[in-house]
Amino acid sequence: MDDSALIPKGVKRCPFRQFALWIGIAGIVLLWGVYAMFLCWFKGLNQTNMNDAYGFALWIWADLAVIAVGGGAFFSGFLRYLVGKDELKNIINYAVLIGFICYSSALLILAIDVGQPLRAWFIFWHANVHSMLTEVAFCLSCYFAVLTIEYIPLILENRQINKVPFFHNLAHNMHEIMAIFAATGAFLSFFHQGSLGGVAGVLFGRPFSYREGVLIWPWAFFLFTWSAAAYGPCFTILITKITEVITGKKLVKDNVIELLAKISGWMIITYTAAKLIDTIYWAAVTAPSMGFTIDHFFGTSIYGIWILGAELILGGIAPGLILISEKGRKSPFGLWVAVIFGVIGVSLNRWVMVLQTMAVPVLPFEEWYLYIPSWQEVATTVLPVAYGVILIMISYRYMPIFPQEQELNPID
Amino acid sequence: MKNEQGHHKTGKKYGMVIDLDKCTGCGACMVACMAENNVPFKEDETNKLDNIMWMRVYRMSNGKPFPDADICYIPRPCMHCEAKHGHSPCVSVCPATATDYSHETGIVSQIYTRCFGCRYCMAACPYHARYFNWWDPVWPEGMKNYLSPDVSPRMRGVVEKCSFCFHRYQLAKDKALTAGHREIEESAYQTACTQACPAGAITFGDLDNPKHAVYKLKHDPRAFRLLERLGTNPKVYYVTDREWVRWMADNYQDQEQKAKG
Amino acid sequence: MFPFSFEWAWDMSHYVFHGGLWYALAIIGLGMTYCIGKAVIDTIQGKGGGHH
Repeated sequence: MDDSALIPKGVKRCPFRQFALWIGIAGIVLLWGVYAMFLCWFKGLNQTNMNDAYGFALWIWADLAVIAVGGGAFFSGFLRYLVGKDELKNIINYAVLIGFICYSSALLILAIDVGQPLRAWFIFWHANVHSMLTEVAFCLSCYFAVLTIEYIPLILENRQINKVPFFHNLAHNMHEIMAIFAATGAFLSFFHQGSLGGVAGVLFGRPFSYREGVLIWPWAFFLFTWSAAAYGPCFTILITKITEVITGKKLVKDNVIELLAKISGWMIITYTAAKLIDTIYWAAVTAPSMGFTIDHFFGTSIYGIWILGAELILGGIAPGLILISEKGRKSPFGLWVAVIFGVIGVSLNRWVMVLQTMAVPVLPFEEWYLYIPSWQEVATTVLPVAYGVILIMISYRYMPIFPQEQELNPID
Repeated sequence: MKNEQGHHKTGKKYGMVIDLDKCTGCGACMVACMAENNVPFKEDETNKLDNIMWMRVYRMSNGKPFPDADICYIPRPCMHCEAKHGHSPCVSVCPATATDYSHETGIVSQIYTRCFGCRYCMAACPYHARYFNWWDPVWPEGMKNYLSPDVSPRMRGVVEKCSFCFHRYQLAKDKALTAGHREIEESAYQTACTQACPAGAITFGDLDNPKHAVYKLKHDPRAFRLLERLGTNPKVYYVTDREWVRWMADNYQDQEQKAKG
Repeated sequence: MFPFSFEWAWDMSHYVFHGGLWYALAIIGLGMTYCIGKAVIDTIQGKGGGHH
């Protein structure tokens, strides 16, 4: 089969057979996840290893993590359209695509995670405006709509689709007012990223994650928004770099990556400083006032104090310092290390805020609760990864995702 | 019933006082509760992390070796936390308004047909008083005929918890109305666990009504509540002579105990 | 979500929350209406026929 008519002009793509083979391999993983998903839907959540102590588990972590790393879309959009960092136009398409994958995955995981999926609309219909989860549901859905709007023009710019005058005009018009959508996206992201922190931060029955704050928002609210803006670009860079390795091509110029890396670095450094202050205040004031000490929270080998150190030092200070130094971010090794550590760091933070919150005993006669996910949970968590790989492969092949690709890889 | 912001008048505050020195840990309260409220059970109930027990008796130990070893049984229903103005840990987080704090009775209700099973309330409850229906209920043959018609059974995928036998409150209210009384007698509304306790360890009533036994008992200097310092403001009080139980119940650290004397 | 559902209360929390929500929804909705509407008009006027 020849699909060359669909491939953007001036770029080279692998033979269709090779493409189809890889889609097939990712498709098998996807089907495995889909099978597990249907098991959960038809047989119920007894298919998982969650229990009454672990009402929130792997899925909620996956949700929080993909949304945090998907924050690259809103923050790059914010920098490009509102702050005016024009160079970022060369990576924004990819950031949007990654964001789209992350957010659609998050919504899918949530749809599997609820006990009565057919009633999921109750969260909108019977909304309790005092619940952080309500805010998450609304803002997440609205922001997903924004990401879809940002992704549609890319589809419309496919060589064949763009020949249709209506689609051409629509893509053009959407590009023209994209700044408005990006601003709305940034507004929505500020709230739902924060609310995800708020989900854990407001739990005054769980001293491990409870944080004081301002008005209705616990400090965790602001830390989550800040960290998503800080680490989201790390993930965008990481996926771009992985794509470059796989395709064997340079797709984005170094100055673009370095600009994003530098901003990300400063965001990470300031976030880590804020997180450190938050941790000290929580350990010294908030938790003791509720009858808990820091030794109690980090009382097992799995959830030892190492996890806090790893999050703050390896996931915060280290990548932050590498990225703010010109030498660090210009060195390929330094950049790789920084973005990988950054992504692991923010994922670890989300893990701790969900899983450790559940694990720490609160009642005096309780033990630590530990949990290992079932294969169905793992499969449904891997599902979005396979789906993301497939969507990236299709988008890269048929849409003009990287504006600099042609210039960087001239075809003789 | 509805939580109407700014209008918290006529409130009763139903609650419990449990005498831990009387509790023998026999579990009659748990059995009575399950039978009364159509609580589903599995063939094998060993795993306490996925079964449902609205009332659960926990065992607490002072951790000391013989001869100082001591244990205490703690029956734990839902605490029906009031927190500040009814913003209980669970009620304030439920995204679909499927759990409600009644300012008429002080009871935290669960609306099963509204709950969509996100389990945020379970993450919020420090007492593990909330249970998820991991399975659809399966009743042994013939048992369906013995289910209580006053309590709706729950389906898979929703959260449930102790309601302070709210159906009994409704029945008592109806009875009082037909009899022409304005007030529900203390004895007219009692929970199943209270009545089942052979040691008489559980006392139930309106915590704000000086005529009710619980009013006096909650003012006992030996009375305390579980995890009081979290600010959940629970409506279940415990009474014991044993000081270590009172210290431990609110996670008082050794140095705090020394400082407080 | 709507004033006729029983959870609704005319208080500050609802004003702020739903104010923000409907504001965002309005921008998204109006923005897309504008894009699609203008694309229809542009197409009728014969724009976008050429290859870019």
